[in-house]
Amino acid sequence: MNNKLWKTTSLISIAFAGFLLVIAILVNTTSLGEATWLRVLFGISALNFALRAAVPLVLGALSGILCERSGIINIGIEGMMLAGAFAAFVVKVATNGWPLMASLLAGVAAALLIGGVMGLLHATLSIRYRMDQIISGTIVIILAAGITAYLFDRDAVAEGKFVSLPIPGLSNIPVLGNVLFNNPPLTYLALILVAVLHLALFHTRWGLRTRACGEHPRAADTVGINVNLYRYVNTTIGGAVAGLAGGFLVLEAVGQFQEGMTAGRGFISLAAMIFGNWNPFGALGAAMLFGYTQALQNELLLAGVVNVPRHFISMLPYVVTIIAVSGFVGRVRPPAAEGKVYETEGSAG
Amino acid sequence: MVNEKIPVLEVRNITKRFPGVVANSDVNLKLHRGEILALLGENGAGKTTLMNIIYGLYQPTEGEILINGQPVVMHSPKDAIGMGIGMVHQHFQLVPVMTVAENVMLGSETVKNGFLDVRTVAQQIQELSGRYNLDVDPYALVEDLPVGVRQRVEIVKTLYRQAEILILDEPTAVLTPQEIEGLFEIMDLLRSQGKSIIFITHKLKEVLRVADRITVLRQGKVVGEADPSTATQATLAAMMVGREVILTVDKKPAQPGRPILKIENLSARNDMGEPALRSVSLEARAGEIVGVAGVQGNGQTELVEVLTGLRPALDGKITIDGKDMTNATPRRITEEGPSCHVPEDRHTYGMVSSYTVAHNLVLNTYYRPPFANGVTVNEEAIQAHAEKLVEKFDVRTPSVLVRAGSLSGGNQQKMVVAREFSRPIKLLIAAQPTRGIDVGSIEFIHNQIVAKRDEDVAVLLVSYELDEIMALSDRIAVMYKGEIIDVLPREEATREKLGLLMAGIHPEEHRLEPQLASAAE
Repeated sequence: MNNKLWKTTSLISIAFAGFLLVIAILVNTTSLGEATWLRVLFGISALNFALRAAVPLVLGALSGILCERSGIINIGIEGMMLAGAFAAFVVKVATNGWPLMASLLAGVAAALLIGGVMGLLHATLSIRYRMDQIISGTIVIILAAGITAYLFDRDAVAEGKFVSLPIPGLSNIPVLGNVLFNNPPLTYLALILVAVLHLALFHTRWGLRTRACGEHPRAADTVGINVNLYRYVNTTIGGAVAGLAGGFLVLEAVGQFQEGMTAGRGFISLAAMIFGNWNPFGALGAAMLFGYTQALQNELLLAGVVNVPRHFISMLPYVVTIIAVSGFVGRVRPPAAEGKVYETEGSAG
Repeated sequence: MVNEKIPVLEVRNITKRFPGVVANSDVNLKLHRGEILALLGENGAGKTTLMNIIYGLYQPTEGEILINGQPVVMHSPKDAIGMGIGMVHQHFQLVPVMTVAENVMLGSETVKNGFLDVRTVAQQIQELSGRYNLDVDPYALVEDLPVGVRQRVEIVKTLYRQAEILILDEPTAVLTPQEIEGLFEIMDLLRSQGKSIIFITHKLKEVLRVADRITVLRQGKVVGEADPSTATQATLAAMMVGREVILTVDKKPAQPGRPILKIENLSARNDMGEPALRSVSLEARAGEIVGVAGVQGNGQTELVEVLTGLRPALDGKITIDGKDMTNATPRRITEEGPSCHVPEDRHTYGMVSSYTVAHNLVLNTYYRPPFANGVTVNEEAIQAHAEKLVEKFDVRTPSVLVRAGSLSGGNQQKMVVAREFSRPIKLLIAAQPTRGIDVGSIEFIHNQIVAKRDEDVAVLLVSYELDEIMALSDRIAVMYKGEIIDVLPREEATREKLGLLMAGIHPEEHRLEPQLASAAE
């Protein structure tokens, strides 16, 4: 039943994406582009902005998928992202003297590492100390917000950020090339990760075991799988991916760190994960939708084509998030065992 | 070469202590190649603990396990699987959202170039399925499969891991009589191909049908062995319980009076929002026990919940003693029925484990005098009331002030029954009233139910144990996929007829298309 619904939803989304693409190509290459509304809605700048806004959401959602598919609820994506952003910033500032690329990569490594540490902390609290996973995730958020605000040096400046690397050939395709194949490296990486995680989750041994741990840990245990080991590893990798999202904000999107700069993106990522039914491609679609509403907000304000107070337009991404998630939450199916502590028979006795 | 004299599995002097409990004490067991050993015992006799030790889930406190004559130590199920031991757990260990092939290979995956090789696994499953007559489709989603097929998937899982020793833990609990027969045929086939099987059960009839040898456990100890060709149900029961047991419930013919419970065209949904009851109509008269038989999950739970006000009815009408009780609150049904409810899951709906026995005994009356004084409770009255009930219903507890959760299952259930039966009632709704409790408590509760009937109470008894339904009921209704597909007087209800009905096959249809019987799961 649920499966069927999911298939229809996927088909509709694919059809919708195709429709958008055709319109976008028409708007950007023909005289249709002279209509202001169409330009606002489908112009290259709107699409570019949508993708940029979607990248941290996609990475955040992948982080959530990694954790939750193994059975650990990760509400702390926001905190892991923020910690990753801060780590990237600190390392970038410290290595300002290095060649730009080396310095940026060191920043990425730091974001991955600190994100992973936050993930490991969340895993340890929820598995070893059997803390409620919502509480543990909240701790991660508060910890990250507090520490980064305390340690942040407002005078520090990071010099330089990732720039676009047009892919030879592909970037010359009209519209599509400009939107998809003319991006900075972390954006490519995020898109590649979606495909990689999809393959890994549904077509490898690791993925099969991970999903079993999240759905029916006892079944996994009885065939000799170390459930809690899988949960530790996945939550740590998930933390690293969330850290990467933070690294993207500092090293590719903004170039600097600001207090609380994740601004709720971790939570919107969670919404994207749910809306995408815990599937990487679903999450990508959901993140694109949320990213697109942010782009729309931006473009509408810039073009000045509507007469509503700007505050209402600024609400758009959040309103869409709420509608999307509330409309879907009863229909999607989370991993059956998520949020539950798993104890083996022996240790429970 | 395997020496036929050496047992494939031997358990020597196994003792397992948990804090405060000795679950197994000095247990010895031998299993030979190509034989079915039945391990018989009541709930709580230590059968499952023993099997969990053999399967590596627990470590024994003392004693050793030998495989083909060699002592082995197993730290986890992985070790046990490596030694050729496979277990079909009482609660299936299958992931519902995955396919059969994924479930079968989980933990022992076949991988090609880093990716799962589903095709090869599917071929192996088909081969095993053909060799042992298991009829399993590797590409089906487990959640779409009926219970009987899921069990065969579990068997395939063990065979895929090249198990030589199969442990089947209470495998018949969830099956219809015809499915049970099908399982026994599979077990015979496995045995004839040299597999060794430990069959855990508390059902005497099945042991006599299928086992080569019988070992009986009681309170964690082996109390004896029996040969199925000479043993009888009565001797086995006596060994299992430790005293003579009366296997049949003694009751007079029913004297049905006026209708008390009337259900007309009742419909309801389950928790997933799917239809669970489809236009159910049923009647229970004063002084009769109406049994509702059926395989678990065919709407019985929802029926009881709707009748007791715990689940809304979508359509239809419920009348109790002439009063319309459709979608009434549980309290109104309890008080104005007046009716009582022995719930299916006593831990969730029947009792508060962290409360004392005394408080549990007033959960349905605490708000009225003498237990309530305005807004305060009268602890002395509650305690006095509890002492009386504990005595009358033989609840074995050190005091009425201990936590209810600390009692044994049988005593917890007697406590629930004591509370529910201690008010004047006209309707009794009992769901699985003897699930997971000892034979002594079962006898007691059965007699109490019959006693209520003889006091002119209408009884609706829902049970997944066909034996219980057949022992107590005056009329038997069979539920299948949310419908009552037939109601039979007790005299006409044979095990075979009920089994077919439980599988959704109506006798008339059956006569027309006999092949349906074997095709149905």
